[in-house]
Amino acid sequence: MPSANDEHAWATAEAAVRRSYGKLVAYLARRTRDVAGAEDALSDAFAAALLDWPKHGVPERPEAWLMAVARRKAIDAARRRRSSVEAADHVRLISDELRQLADTDGSDIPDDRLTLMFVCAHPAIDPAIRPPLMLQTVLGFDAATIASAFLVSPTTMSQRLVRAKHKIREAGIAFQVPDCADLTSRLDAVLAAIYAAFAEGWSDPAGTETRRRNLSEEGIWLGRLVASLLPEEPEALGLLALMLHAEARRGARRNGQGDYVPLAEQDPAAWDIKLIDEAEALLQQASRMGVIGRYQLEAAVQSAHAARRISGRTDWAAIARMYDALLAITHSPVVALNRATAIAEVHGAAAGLAALDALVGDRRLADYQPYWAARAGLLDRTGEVEAAEEAYDCAIGLEADPSVRRFLQQRRAQLRRPPA
Amino acid sequence: MKYLLMIYGNEAALKATSKTESDQLLAAYGAYIEAMTKAGVIVGRNRLQPSASATTVRVINGKTQVLDGPYAETKEQLGGYVLIDVPDLDAALSWAARCPGASHGVMEVRPIWEM
Repeated sequence: MPSANDEHAWATAEAAVRRSYGKLVAYLARRTRDVAGAEDALSDAFAAALLDWPKHGVPERPEAWLMAVARRKAIDAARRRRSSVEAADHVRLISDELRQLADTDGSDIPDDRLTLMFVCAHPAIDPAIRPPLMLQTVLGFDAATIASAFLVSPTTMSQRLVRAKHKIREAGIAFQVPDCADLTSRLDAVLAAIYAAFAEGWSDPAGTETRRRNLSEEGIWLGRLVASLLPEEPEALGLLALMLHAEARRGARRNGQGDYVPLAEQDPAAWDIKLIDEAEALLQQASRMGVIGRYQLEAAVQSAHAARRISGRTDWAAIARMYDALLAITHSPVVALNRATAIAEVHGAAAGLAALDALVGDRRLADYQPYWAARAGLLDRTGEVEAAEEAYDCAIGLEADPSVRRFLQQRRAQLRRPPA
Repeated sequence: MKYLLMIYGNEAALKATSKTESDQLLAAYGAYIEAMTKAGVIVGRNRLQPSASATTVRVINGKTQVLDGPYAETKEQLGGYVLIDVPDLDAALSWAARCPGASHGVMEVRPIWEM
């Protein structure tokens, strides 16, 4: 049984490795464009660090330490692969860089992690693989961990990651941050990938599966990195604010018995005020730049929900207006669904249902649990018990989380109970 | 593509659940099948009697051998299956995760060998 001290030492070491991981991979891959090669060259060094650092502490210059180990390995590899001229050239290139770096103190390694994120979210890369690619190359997660979080088979995930890295090299994707003209649209892809990674972790509300819980923490970490490297980009700040607002309510989503607690019934005292304050400050900073966007609006919705801790009520009219604006930007059926829920709070359940009816037939919502749960809740309020039961059944059948499923079943059972 | 979702569960644990819990589980299965029917992915499904009711048959050197009980005595036994038709493995895995059996036991997802 590892002691709490050991665990702390391991967590500290792991965090330090992760910080160095993306930096070194980015640095080594920028000339060769060979992300897989850079990861290979560094893999032993990272493994060695995870064995050594928890015991002896994180070295003062972690990157120089990793470089020294990696260099030894690169030289070994060069010797082994001498038969292949091309491979040897390649390893020599990496080995040269490592030698240069090992001579420095590690602190002057340029931070190319942002560049690496832009590479991962390049338009030539399939959007679905961008978040996994980022988690692997910037943070060093292995394919099996990523596969579990994204509900994909580990073999498939490995193949997709290999293909994506191959594409980076073969297509000659440039290792550079796009210039001003392209920055906004390309940044959007980076932010979308970070948010997708966060959302995968967020969908494990109990935080029972620590790997997935880490994923939302890592999403926030990536969001912090982008926000700190691009502090003039309001949407980068908006995304971070959005994630922090969501994270602030993580614990409140379960009661002492592990039962699901919907937002409307959460006790604001259970929210993390520090995270909320940080999110609010970021949102204000972003809004001063005068360019509104999807993530700022979504963060503003969360901010309106968080305001209940002070005012004791939720300003649904304001939330509905923000969803109007969001829908105009995103045309997302999920936004349309949330908008319908807000409309129901402002104008009554019938108006909300009418807004939902406009979405009937959207294939993207057909197997989306929250759509059916929202529909069931509104049908309950308009007294259409049978239709509500049917909608609850759909929601229950589509839910993978046992405590949310239990919650929906309780709601369904209450439909036919006479009011107390 | 067709996939067989095999639902493995701990029979002893299932037996020990309260009436309320097992009613809830049954209703969850009903809703799950309903959702798959609505999505048009379900081809077939069945729940199996407990593994104690199983009989194994094999022919060794021309002689039949019949034994009581399941093929493998494991803690988790096959308790039922769903045959689905979906575009790819990703879709099959997301249906597997939604099965109430996924949070009580293990789901095994196998592609059908199309002849």
